[in-house]
Amino acid sequence: MPNPEDQNPFRTLVQPAAPVVPTSDLIMPMSEGDRLQDELEKGVLFTKLESIASWAVNQARANAIWPLGFGLACCAIEMMAIAGPRFDVSRFGAEVFRGSPRQADLMIVAGRVSIKMAPVLRRLYDQMPDPKWVIAMGACSSCGGVFNNYAILQGVDKIVPVDVYVPGCPPRPEALLHGIMKLQEKILVSKVEFGPIVPRKKKGAA
Amino acid sequence: MSLTAERIEQKLRERFPGAAIERQEGVAVRDHTLYVPAESLVEMCLFLRDDDELQFAMLSWMGGADYMPRVPRFETIYSLLSLTHNQRFTLKVRVGEENLKLPSVVSVWPTANWHERETYDFYGLEFVGHPDMTRILLPEDWVGWPLRKDSPLGYEEVAFTHNTPNRLLPSPALKKLAPKKVKYRAQ
Amino acid sequence: MRNETMTLNMGPQHPSTHGVLRVALELDGETIVQCKPMIGYLHTGMEKQAEYKTYTQSIPQTDRMDYISPMSNNLAFCLATEKLLGIEPPARVQAIRVLLAELTRISSHCVWMGTHAIDIGALTVFWYTFREREKVLSIYDMVSGARMTSSYFRVGGLSMDIPAGFLARCEKFVDEMPAHIDEYEKLLSKNPIWLARTKGVAPISAKDGIAWGVTGPSLRGSGVCWDLRKSQPYSGYETYDFNVALGSVGDAYDRYTVRVTEMRESTRIAKQAIQRIRELGEAGEYRVRDFKYVLPPKEEVKTSMEALIHHFKIVAHGFFPPVGEAYAGVEAPKGELGFYFVSDGSSRPWRMKVRSPSFVNLQALPIMVEGKLVADVIAAIGSIDIVLGEIDR
Repeated sequence: MPNPEDQNPFRTLVQPAAPVVPTSDLIMPMSEGDRLQDELEKGVLFTKLESIASWAVNQARANAIWPLGFGLACCAIEMMAIAGPRFDVSRFGAEVFRGSPRQADLMIVAGRVSIKMAPVLRRLYDQMPDPKWVIAMGACSSCGGVFNNYAILQGVDKIVPVDVYVPGCPPRPEALLHGIMKLQEKILVSKVEFGPIVPRKKKGAA
Repeated sequence: MSLTAERIEQKLRERFPGAAIERQEGVAVRDHTLYVPAESLVEMCLFLRDDDELQFAMLSWMGGADYMPRVPRFETIYSLLSLTHNQRFTLKVRVGEENLKLPSVVSVWPTANWHERETYDFYGLEFVGHPDMTRILLPEDWVGWPLRKDSPLGYEEVAFTHNTPNRLLPSPALKKLAPKKVKYRAQ
Repeated sequence: MRNETMTLNMGPQHPSTHGVLRVALELDGETIVQCKPMIGYLHTGMEKQAEYKTYTQSIPQTDRMDYISPMSNNLAFCLATEKLLGIEPPARVQAIRVLLAELTRISSHCVWMGTHAIDIGALTVFWYTFREREKVLSIYDMVSGARMTSSYFRVGGLSMDIPAGFLARCEKFVDEMPAHIDEYEKLLSKNPIWLARTKGVAPISAKDGIAWGVTGPSLRGSGVCWDLRKSQPYSGYETYDFNVALGSVGDAYDRYTVRVTEMRESTRIAKQAIQRIRELGEAGEYRVRDFKYVLPPKEEVKTSMEALIHHFKIVAHGFFPPVGEAYAGVEAPKGELGFYFVSDGSSRPWRMKVRSPSFVNLQALPIMVEGKLVADVIAAIGSIDIVLGEIDR
């Protein structure tokens, strides 16, 4: 019996993974108030045409995410590896790593964020146009990682809102691709705002 | 290696007879190290670089160390490298807390520029004659000298259940999702 | 017509700065009047953190310094600590270390070539070199469990013995690598665009290089024959047969040829190392038998009382080196990487200082580009081969 190791020593993927159909509750469970508001909006505001349009927009946004080239440290090399030939991020439409934040949708914070870099990161996040998403790649950007000291920000979610956290030190490129796929699921169930975004009035707050 | 560390020390002592040069003794001091006084540092470095027999053309690295609570508290370490003779040599300068100023060796080896800035950044030792004595690794407005022994590590307390009072508990409905409790035979 | 200089900020976020490097350029048209690299955007406080961890606990931290060639950082750390302790690992361990260090060198130069070419505009090389790098990373994965941050070496030896099939896979890689290097050379070496972008660009003379402390391929590109593997050999390098690549002028093209030749020499050394490991035993001892500082083998821990006590003490407290200092430098792919330890007799280092090659090499950037054109800054930064992780530590 031939040893499968010899035939495929670098263990390239031979079977496709089973598809998972996401539902809205699986991604982001909503509170009761939000659920009621959602039902209300669905009944009154959403016509068939708008729901098709928002489905289409979500499909476009999810399948053509343009990341900002924001590699900071070691995770950047694994991010470069997903741009490489073996773990091809081109399949997801995300191979165009833009240099400028004005042209990017997704900021993959790959690496440890030092205190000196934090204002720069926030400024880049502010420069990105809506809709924008943030993936915290690796342990250092999720929570400070190995480095719990004076120089490293303990988690990039202290300064920017994060959509997906990808653990690992560094996460394997497959893990980052899994994170991008999770982000795509999140985008596909997102509410699309047609028109200017008006902040929702919170119950009880001024 | 025709040039031995003892020969270097001997030449240095011959050239600077009055200076207080000591050899570092210790169980595991693996590199030949000399303590030199701060006043004659630049002249000694020039001599070590330009002398034909020695030719220490490269300053490999330069750093600082904090030996609190020993007096004098700080030390700067200069690691010299001679490519022609394939020999390393280490000089150290003791710096006390009352006078944190040292002469800069940028005029001897230009590479000392960033090393001295880093030592200033970490310990607060100032180098007289340095063209740009500013912080290099930490933000310019940082207060304090992080690598000193009395500066804290600055770590953030990780939040566990036992040290976070008033935390938001998960709703009771989630208990339905919890895995069924397993009964072990021993119980 | 007034003549003013323009300040251009190549910010910390830039596609070509190999990390978070900020370069403030003062330009007169396209000519650089002044160039000031500003670093510190990745400062991690590793030297401070090392004072709070035992020696073994700091080894994973070293991986994250020069994250492109992690095993050479581990090697430098372990060599410095072993020098402090006064122990030397057995010959088999040294051969494994040499093999992995040379594979690391190949992988690091692959990344260098890919990113340098992509900065200059030759995108194809990136895909090719990363394909080879994936093979080295799967070798790392096989031996340590992690693709990049391996932390495989320990003080006194290795963390685990090499698995079965490791040598076969290394040999397969080393046999096919020279053909791939020929591929890269076919794409770049005589390419007129590459020659125009790198010949005569960012030169540094030998005298300037030495004065500015430059080491590694950047110094060898200027014609100075200084390679720590030959001059101050460590880990058994004196017993291997290889040449040192030298350039003549010290421009970016010379550094490119030096690194390509180094990749070829590394395959030679790796082949010899594999041969040596085969002679010494494909499975065998992987740690020095000095139980005061190094963990005893698990079989002995289960049977012998002294080994159990040693194991307990080393795992619970860490080992206690003698009071003293030691510095050890290795020839990392980027230059001379060295660790300096001051020990006060306790299990944690009193001071750990890292002599990182990119920190020193980057200082020479203004010498290389002042008076030249702005596009040459990208080529210069790429040809020096810097990693911000080890610059900022």
